[in-house]
Amino acid sequence: MSRQPYVRPFSKTTWYMRNGRYKVYMLREMTCLLVGFYAFLTIFALAALAAGADQWNNFLASQQNTAMIAFHAFALLYFLFYQTFAWFKLAPKAMPLQLGEKILPGSIIVIGHYVAWAVLSAVIFWLAGVI
Amino acid sequence: MELEVMRYDPEKDKEPWFQSYSVPCEDDWAILDAINYVKDNIDTTLSYRWSCHMMVCGSCGMMVNGEPSLTCKTFIRNLPDKVRIEPLENFPIERDLVVVLDDVMQKLHKVQPYIIRKDDPPEGKEYQQSRGALAKFKQYTMCINCMCCYSACPQYGLNNDFIGPAALALAHRYNLDSRDQGKSQRLNILADHDGVWDCSFVGACSEVCPKHVDPAAAIQQMKIDGAMEFWKQKMGFPGGDS
Amino acid sequence: MAIAKKSVVWVLFAAGGTISSFLFPALITLFLLIALGFTPDGLQYEQFHTFAASLLGKACLFVVLFLSLWHAAHRLRVVFHDFGVRKDRLIANAVYLVATVGTVMTAFYLYMI
Repeated sequence: MSRQPYVRPFSKTTWYMRNGRYKVYMLREMTCLLVGFYAFLTIFALAALAAGADQWNNFLASQQNTAMIAFHAFALLYFLFYQTFAWFKLAPKAMPLQLGEKILPGSIIVIGHYVAWAVLSAVIFWLAGVI
Repeated sequence: MELEVMRYDPEKDKEPWFQSYSVPCEDDWAILDAINYVKDNIDTTLSYRWSCHMMVCGSCGMMVNGEPSLTCKTFIRNLPDKVRIEPLENFPIERDLVVVLDDVMQKLHKVQPYIIRKDDPPEGKEYQQSRGALAKFKQYTMCINCMCCYSACPQYGLNNDFIGPAALALAHRYNLDSRDQGKSQRLNILADHDGVWDCSFVGACSEVCPKHVDPAAAIQQMKIDGAMEFWKQKMGFPGGDS
Repeated sequence: MAIAKKSVVWVLFAAGGTISSFLFPALITLFLLIALGFTPDGLQYEQFHTFAASLLGKACLFVVLFLSLWHAAHRLRVVFHDFGVRKDRLIANAVYLVATVGTVMTAFYLYMI
């Protein structure tokens, strides 16, 4: 009886199309592009701020067009669902809570994250004068 | 129901092919029962692994409609009328639904899955462990080595050298055991190349695990452990245990 | 030492992911408000400049941007790997270079404010 194990092909470029779980994962990971984009946008804003009031106002004016509105709206929703909410959902896995003999439910950590997020966002909006 | 089963005879076939079987099923059957029916009544040449039929031996893992599943735990009442059965993904096929598991067997050994101690046990006495200390690692002892997690893990598919979910969860079981003193030693292997850093937290392993071991959680916790260990060693602390 | 250097960049990735998850929705909302023409008072030149010129303001902005840059860089490296691109060494050097450039730019502009 001779052995001839068969290795099924695994596509390194299209494996994620095989099921919904993998597709969601790839969409989640792609949020890094948004993180990078907004980091650099903020850096360019700081550059304008450093250059003076005129440059800062020019920067603000350059942001005011429909393309940017649409992009920011899309980015906000995409980021919320595929980064923030996803990150919070996975947080309990990295920090298990134990009280005596009992492992506490992960929802405690998740709720804690949402509360902290609400508070931090409120602080930012208050500092910015939105609220 | 209709089963579409992947067949492969290493002596006759160049590549795998699908064979269809029509199986009269009872309402309470698991998919394993349907496969057993095929073997007993329709086609005795079908090869596959199974044993306990009660989710403790880990033998009957297969792809059921593309999902890595324990076939004794997957019930036909939850499946459509046409079901595709394939051997576990990411493993070479030995024959029909039997896969080659040598790679993961070697990895289970590699993570040093045993109590490591610097001293000898006290004379004639056993190690004491509170219930709380047991609760800390108990979930990671539940692994039955069914290897469904390796089938679900795309990182294992992309890099076959990745130590993988089950082996890493097993390592974490020992790292968390209060009787163990080998965490630093184990981390030298786990936090090395092809170890925990290959995991990108897809989380599929934990989703398909029939025993709810949650290997994804184990790996994330070991990434934190690994990072802390890195700085501990950099700062000159001996590879001791915490 | 056997522990891979990836452990260092992973810490930056994890910290950056945490910080961006918490703070970026608010940040994106601020950019959205600006784009809509409703620039809030705190982002007018005088007020924002005062904040960014303060030590606390610079520290906050630097930490948030530094961690976010390195989070995005490392994650992008993994994304390339997931798409089957085999040149990990090259990708890693490229993304970390961009993160370094971003870090230097951040430090420079914050210093200039």
